[in-house]
Amino acid sequence: MEDKNKIQYIYGIADNALILGQRLSELCGHGPNLETDIAMTNMALDLLGQTRSYYQYVAQLSGEGKTEDDIAFLRIEREYKNVLLVEQPNTHFGYVIVRQFFFDIFHLLLLEKLQNSEDDTLAAIAKKSIKEVSYHQRFSSDWIKRLGDGTEESHQKVQEAVNHLWEYTDELFHSTDDDKIAVENKVGVNTLDLKEKYYQKLREVLEEATLDIPETKWFKKGGKQGVHTEYMGYLLADLQYMQRTYPNMKW
Amino acid sequence: MKNNWPLWEVFVRSKNGLEHRHFGSIHAADAEMALENARDVYTRRNEGVSIWVVESKHITASNPQNNGELFEPAQDKIYRHPTFYTLPDEVKHM
Amino acid sequence: MSEKEIKNLEEIFEQRIARDEKIEPKDWMPEKYRKTHIRQISQHAHSEIIGMLPEGNWITRAPSLRRKVALLAKVQDEAGHGLYLYSACETLGVSRDELYEQLHSGKAKYSSIFNYPTITWADMGAIGWLVDGAAIINQVPLCSTSYGPYARAMIRVCKEESFHQRQGYEIMITLANGTPEQKEMAQDALNRWWWPSLMMLGPVDAESVHTEQSMKWKLKRKTNDELRQQFIDQTVPQADLIGLTIPDPDLKWNEERGSYDFGEIDWDEFWQVVKGHGPCNKERMSARVSAWEKGEWVRDAAMAYAKKQEDKKLKKAI
Repeated sequence: MEDKNKIQYIYGIADNALILGQRLSELCGHGPNLETDIAMTNMALDLLGQTRSYYQYVAQLSGEGKTEDDIAFLRIEREYKNVLLVEQPNTHFGYVIVRQFFFDIFHLLLLEKLQNSEDDTLAAIAKKSIKEVSYHQRFSSDWIKRLGDGTEESHQKVQEAVNHLWEYTDELFHSTDDDKIAVENKVGVNTLDLKEKYYQKLREVLEEATLDIPETKWFKKGGKQGVHTEYMGYLLADLQYMQRTYPNMKW
Repeated sequence: MKNNWPLWEVFVRSKNGLEHRHFGSIHAADAEMALENARDVYTRRNEGVSIWVVESKHITASNPQNNGELFEPAQDKIYRHPTFYTLPDEVKHM
Repeated sequence: MSEKEIKNLEEIFEQRIARDEKIEPKDWMPEKYRKTHIRQISQHAHSEIIGMLPEGNWITRAPSLRRKVALLAKVQDEAGHGLYLYSACETLGVSRDELYEQLHSGKAKYSSIFNYPTITWADMGAIGWLVDGAAIINQVPLCSTSYGPYARAMIRVCKEESFHQRQGYEIMITLANGTPEQKEMAQDALNRWWWPSLMMLGPVDAESVHTEQSMKWKLKRKTNDELRQQFIDQTVPQADLIGLTIPDPDLKWNEERGSYDFGEIDWDEFWQVVKGHGPCNKERMSARVSAWEKGEWVRDAAMAYAKKQEDKKLKKAI
């Protein structure tokens, strides 16, 4: 498999970690209490750590003296390949938890397969990340239950988030051309194989949380092709601010 | 001020072979969350391999006012210590 | 208890502290000792929590991934430190929620330095280097303070804090060795944070109300002026080393004293900020209050869920 396709494949995984990590780090200092604040920051740190591993690998593959930071900060919006789900804003704690939960379940299933990749570096990153993401999944699933089966208010709030974010779940299973090449070369994971298990797991937890499963057949997509929601530009404005304002400097 | 999360005491075993030691406390709504919070707060730097949590209200503590009757009687029972017994110099280790 | 009995207990208590014995939560203690400790420890905890905000302001904009994770971990540590300190305070019979209440209503104080804005990336360097530097000078002696839970919390805090100052100084070194723009950014940050950092160590001894009593209880081991001098003497060479200038024209090495002489501190500014009229007092407070209020339904939900689970368990048992 050619490096340029592999790099695109890795973006499809790594950008999710970067963008979700960025969203979570907005919350540091603003959580519902200290313990939860610390827990969510731990998740942000895990995700940003994973991002760095992937980007360092991409930097190595692309040669040209690139660094992880060039990759993180200096692409244009269309070049980020994260799914729309992870860029959705921290509307309230319910959205934060549902977004996390919808992503964690997918993320864990993906990594469990990716650890068998014939690309040793990707396999190693996946193996290390599985432990972190298992914990994320436990954290977000527990909170889905607490909010769903908590008070009337929390039930209604988290249901609203589930209904809203559900439309972004299908995109997790879309494949780009680069994804397909990666699968053919046994580097990547065929996400379609994860779909059934994913929705089954979602249903299990949501049911236990006394939440309704949305029935929509309409889903949103575009992130994987670099066509993002309007939120993305602002997120990148923050993320890239320093590197864009002061180009070519060491920090 | 309603529905405050109760206080839990956190005990961490820093590595196998050592006992759990009191590390501090956290707030949590239930035991599961208490474990997670304890992990997130007290083992960020690799400090532990095992955690116990117990809701603080379940701990019964001795009263320092009774320290005299509780602990002082042990002070003069020196025959419980090996140095109480004399050995000939020739016996180096016992 | 009669007055005589209390007096007797107080004497025994003071002797214990003089002998360097630690006081533990269930020990008898004078009401004033308890109140003073609640005030100081909670003020300290509040400072950690409010202190998350000016730095948190830059997490999403950190210029590199390495800096981003370091800053995130640092601000998270501050949450941890706040938590340790609130816990220590709770052993004195006051709940964290009550302490929050005092903070949010404006009744409790916190370190005024956090009422200054963080307007450039270099401020992350200056805060780590100067503000954490000053904080460490304040905190290290507290590791052997008389109240056990406070001393233990401080040991943990100091251990974790050791990377904070380095993190800040490293940012400053990088900027100082960078492009002219970066160097200017670093110097500007030093100019803005220098004086507030000196003020952070508290009013001059002559005007400090609590010092004498605090010394006796080992809540303080050196006076504000001694701490300030120590901070200046240790920081000036660090600035020299990286080619930054301390913004004080009167700063001069005094051979005789073996210390730096320094210029007049603008105490009017200090009191203005303490009294709530600093650049960001209102913003800091409203960010805290808003996080707390927005979190209420979440905290309530967790309790309601825990109760339901508990009830289910009981039903099964029957």
